[in-house]
Amino acid sequence: MTVELFVFWLLALVAVGSAVMVIGARNPVHSVLFLILCFFNAAGLFVLIGAEFLAMVLVVVYVGAVAVLFMFVVMMLDINFVRLREGFINYLPVGALVGLVLLAELILVGGSWALREPVAAGASTLEGMDNTRALGRLLYTEHFLVFQIAGVVLLVAIIGAIALTLRERVGVKRQDIARQVHRRPAETLVLERVEPGKGV
Amino acid sequence: MGAIPLGHYSTLAATLFTIGVFGIFLNRKNVIVILMSIELILLAVNINFVAFSVALGDLAGQVFAMFVLTVAAAEAAIGLAIVVVYFRNRGSIEVEDINLMRG
Repeated sequence: MTVELFVFWLLALVAVGSAVMVIGARNPVHSVLFLILCFFNAAGLFVLIGAEFLAMVLVVVYVGAVAVLFMFVVMMLDINFVRLREGFINYLPVGALVGLVLLAELILVGGSWALREPVAAGASTLEGMDNTRALGRLLYTEHFLVFQIAGVVLLVAIIGAIALTLRERVGVKRQDIARQVHRRPAETLVLERVEPGKGV
Repeated sequence: MGAIPLGHYSTLAATLFTIGVFGIFLNRKNVIVILMSIELILLAVNINFVAFSVALGDLAGQVFAMFVLTVAAAEAAIGLAIVVVYFRNRGSIEVEDINLMRG
């Protein structure tokens, strides 16, 4: 067994184990932490296979953004987690059946389709460039339109998330800049000529 | 990936995918864990994309994996926003309570 194979087995086993813990952990906070561990191991696998850029993107996007988002939501919502676990056993047989059937199908497909022998170690690079440079060159030329569409998808997600969670509360004193700008002196200012010796 | 056969990677991806689907069935009450299971499924798909991209010597698979990553991030943001709004309105996140549109 070579060193690479050993590292692969280590990372893969930890990834699968933490994935099992993600769906099986009693506390959702632990689930999120195991999800982070799983993503780190997947990033390690990507490095092992020669896709360094995607590994770093996985760490930055998933661990840095998505997992923190999950953690934030789990900790923000005040949920009775014990009630959410009821019926866990009831769902187990159906879920196990579906899972086993799916796994068997996937393995059958993988086994029947003769997996070709791996090409070369450096196949993920473009004529001697490193992975990040080659990916960038491909992304900004051939797949540029799709790249822009991905940006639009993210923009839609931002606006959608803000529009969903924004709430207008009544009775809150807040600065309304549009109203301030639209005020005219005629509406608010009254000039009085006060005669001497008398009050207004 | 000189030393590691492609079959190892696709088996790992199949296992992770199955765990994700299993998780959706198992945690049918908790929306947050269901969203995490979906993230696991997308991760499995990404592993397949990258492994085949390297094995076939075509970088398009890695480019596509990046788009899957983008969509996964957007999906997580929108899904969690929906969970927050739902919790604010109903005070629970149990999937079984979400039956307003059943008629």
